[in-house]
Amino acid sequence: MKVTIDGFPIEVEAGTTILNAARMIGGDIVPPAMCYYSKLEGSGGKCRTCLVQVTKGSEKDPRPMPKLVASCRTTVMDGMEVKNITSPEVIEARKGVVEMLLINHPLDCPVCDQAGECHLQDLGYEHGAAKTRYEFDRRTFEKIDIGDKIQLHMTRCILCYRCVFVADQITDHRIHGILNRGDHSEISTYIQKAVDNDFSGNVIDVCPVGALTDKTFRFKNRVWFTKPVEAHRECENPKCCGKVTLWYKGEDVIRVTARKDEYGEAEEFICNTCRFDKKKTSDWVIEGPRKVSHKSVISSNHYDTLHPLPVVKTNPVLIEANKEQFERETRL
Amino acid sequence: MARKLLLEHINVPGINTFDVYRSKGGYAAVEKALKTLTPDEVVEEVKKSGLRGRGGAGFPTGMKWSFLAKPEGVARYLVCNADESEPGTFKDRYLMTYIPHLLIEGMIVASFALGAKTSFIYVRGEMMPQIRILEKAIAEAKAKGFLGKNILGSGYDLELYVQPGGGAYICGEETALLESLEGKRGNPRIKPPFPAIAGLYGCPTVVNNVESIAAVVPIINEGGDEYAKVGIGRSTGTKLISAGGNLKKPGVYEIDLGLPVEEFLYSDEYCGGIANGKRLKAVVAGGSSVPILPANLFMKTINGEGRLMSYESLADGGFVSGTMMGSGGFIAYDEDQCIVRNTWNFARFYHHESCGQCSPCREGTGWMEKVLHRLEYGHGKMSDMDLLVDVSKKIEGNTICPLGDAAAWPVASAIRHFRDEFEWHVTHPHEATTRNFGLAHYADPLPKLEEAAS
Repeated sequence: MKVTIDGFPIEVEAGTTILNAARMIGGDIVPPAMCYYSKLEGSGGKCRTCLVQVTKGSEKDPRPMPKLVASCRTTVMDGMEVKNITSPEVIEARKGVVEMLLINHPLDCPVCDQAGECHLQDLGYEHGAAKTRYEFDRRTFEKIDIGDKIQLHMTRCILCYRCVFVADQITDHRIHGILNRGDHSEISTYIQKAVDNDFSGNVIDVCPVGALTDKTFRFKNRVWFTKPVEAHRECENPKCCGKVTLWYKGEDVIRVTARKDEYGEAEEFICNTCRFDKKKTSDWVIEGPRKVSHKSVISSNHYDTLHPLPVVKTNPVLIEANKEQFERETRL
Repeated sequence: MARKLLLEHINVPGINTFDVYRSKGGYAAVEKALKTLTPDEVVEEVKKSGLRGRGGAGFPTGMKWSFLAKPEGVARYLVCNADESEPGTFKDRYLMTYIPHLLIEGMIVASFALGAKTSFIYVRGEMMPQIRILEKAIAEAKAKGFLGKNILGSGYDLELYVQPGGGAYICGEETALLESLEGKRGNPRIKPPFPAIAGLYGCPTVVNNVESIAAVVPIINEGGDEYAKVGIGRSTGTKLISAGGNLKKPGVYEIDLGLPVEEFLYSDEYCGGIANGKRLKAVVAGGSSVPILPANLFMKTINGEGRLMSYESLADGGFVSGTMMGSGGFIAYDEDQCIVRNTWNFARFYHHESCGQCSPCREGTGWMEKVLHRLEYGHGKMSDMDLLVDVSKKIEGNTICPLGDAAAWPVASAIRHFRDEFEWHVTHPHEATTRNFGLAHYADPLPKLEEAAS
C-alpha cells in the first residue's frame, strides 16, 4: 500500500497505522505521541497530540476525511494522502491539545525526577505556546503511597492509560484502573497492590510524564548529570531480557532502566530485580556508552567545549585571584 | 389535528398492559412481519420510509441496518439506547412509562429484521420505575408467546433483556453504551471499527434510539411508502418533541415533521405560547448540545423564510445562523432568563459528564465551565469571550466521541448570538448578579439581507 505523508511517499503493509508509516519515513514529519506505545496493544487514541489531516482517503474513495484523525489508531489505505506539519489546522489543533494537557499539569519540573526525559516537556517545547491562558487552580489529588520502589504523583498524570495496559499485558494481572470521571479521573483502585509484581517497574518506563517515577532514584540526581551506559546480564527470570541502560554518577550506578528507542519507548521490558536490586557495576556486562541525541538535554554535560585556558597575569594586584581561577578551571 | 402514529392510544386507560394494548391493534406489526415478510423486506420497508435516527444525529435508520455485517456463525445484536440523559429531553422516558409495549413490539420487529436472537434495552440507571415497567411488559409479552422460542409459530426465537445503565451521560454514546453493557467502564471506543462491524462482544451490533425503534411499528403496519408521506422532504414521519422551559403547556408532543415552529410554539394544540404573558428570548431546539438561537433567528431563517420543525429547516444556515433537530429536547427561554447562566449550567453539565479519556474534552470542558462561572458571578474579563470561543474550537472535532462537540457548540453559539449579554456581564458586574439583561433586541425582526455586490 502506498501512502504519502507531507509529500513523502512510502510503501507499507496493509494494517499499518499512519503514525507507524510516518515513523518509517522518520524525521520531522513523525507526529508526537503521548499515549500510544507500540509495544502495548490497544494503546493510543486518547491524548490527541498525533492528530493529522487526511486530504485524500484512498485511491478508491478520494474524499478527504471530515475531521482530523488520530494517526496512531487510523490504518492507512492505498493511495492515502496525509498532511501533518504542512497543515496549519493540524499545527493549530496540536497547540490546543498541548495547552489542554498542560492546564492541569503542575509544572513542577524543577523538582520532578522526570525532567530531562519527559515527553510532555518535549511536546510543550516543540508544539506549545509560551504562556498559559489558564487562570484557575489546578486539580490536585490525595497522595497515595505505593511502596518503596515506585513513586506515584497523580497530579502530574495525563491519563495516557499506558500503565493500565502494562498491568494488563506485561504483568500477570491488573488490579488498578481509572477511577472517577472527567478531569477528576485518577489512576487508582488498589494501585498499591498492583506494584506487587515482577514486572511492575515497567510502569515507570512507559509513563510519559513524572507521575510514576523510580523511588530508588528519587531526588538523587538530575538525568542530565548522569551518564548512560548500555549493559546486560543473565537474568534468572525467563521473561526478562536483561538488556538495560545503567545511569552512572561517577562510579555509582544510580538508576537502571530499560533501553529506549528514539521515540522514548522501551525496546524490551525488564524485571524488577534488574531494575531495583542490581545496582553494582559487577552485576553487569558493560557494552559501551549509550548514544544520546545531541538535541537531548541528557547529552549536554557530556562533552566539554574547548575554552582557552585562563592565563595568570603579571599584575601583582590580580595574581592571587587569577591563581585561584586557574586552579579551579584546570582541576577537572 | 395531525394524525398520531406513536401516541395514538396514549390516553386509553391501561394501555401499559398487554391486553389493552393488544385490543387497540398492538402487536399487529409483529404478526405482519413474522408471518408475511422476510427480514430483508422489513429492512426495505424501513429504508423506503426514510426514517431518520431519533437519538440526535439523524442518520437514516434503514441505511444503518443495511450496513450491518452478516458473517456466518457470528451472533448479531440489537441494542436499544434508552440512556436518555440529555438536558431537556424526556420523550423516551414518557414513551417507556406509558406505552412500553410499543417499544417491545418495535424491538421484536427490528430484531427479526436484523436477525438478532438476543436484544437488549439499555435503560438509564436513574430510570428505575421504567426498568420495572419494561420488565413487567416483557414478562407479559413472553407469557403470550410474543417473545421466547418460536414466536407465533414462525420459528424465530428472541430473548429481550433490560439492562440498567451505569448512570452516566456518556453511556448514551453508542460505543460507550456497548462497553457499559459488556460490564466495563463506559468509555467510548475509538472508531473504526464501527459497531455494525464489531460491536457488542465483538459481534455486529445495531444501536438505535427508543423512538426510532418504536417508529418501526407504524412503518410496518402502514408500509414504508405511507409513512414517508408524513413529513416534509427528507424529514419523514412524526417526531416526539419534549417541550420544556417557560411554556404555557410543557410536555411531550408528537408532531409531523415540517410543522411551522410558530404553530408549535403558540398554537393551543401544542405549547400554547410563553407562560405568564412574557416574550420569547431564545430557544434550544433539540436538547442541550445543539446551538442556542435567539428568538428572531429561531422563528425565521437568515433568508427570511419561516422555520419549520424539520431536520433540514432547523439546520438551515449551518452553525452561523442555524441549529439542529437533535433529540427533540425543545427548551424555550422567556425574557427573564439569563443566557450566561444557562450556558454556564450546560458547561457545568458537560464538565461533570466528560469521561476523561481524551485530553481536549477532559480539560477543555472544565476550563470553559470555570470561565463561564467567573463571567456569571461578575468577575469576568472582556477577553473571556474570545477565550471561550477559542477553547471551544480547540475541543470541537478533536475528540474521540461527539461529547466534545456537544460541549463546544452551546458555548460557541451562545457567544455568537448573545455577545452583548456576555459583555454586559463584564461591564456591569454588580448589576449582573442582581438583575437580568432582559430581552434586548433578540426578538427584533431580522435586518434585510443586503444584496451581495456582483
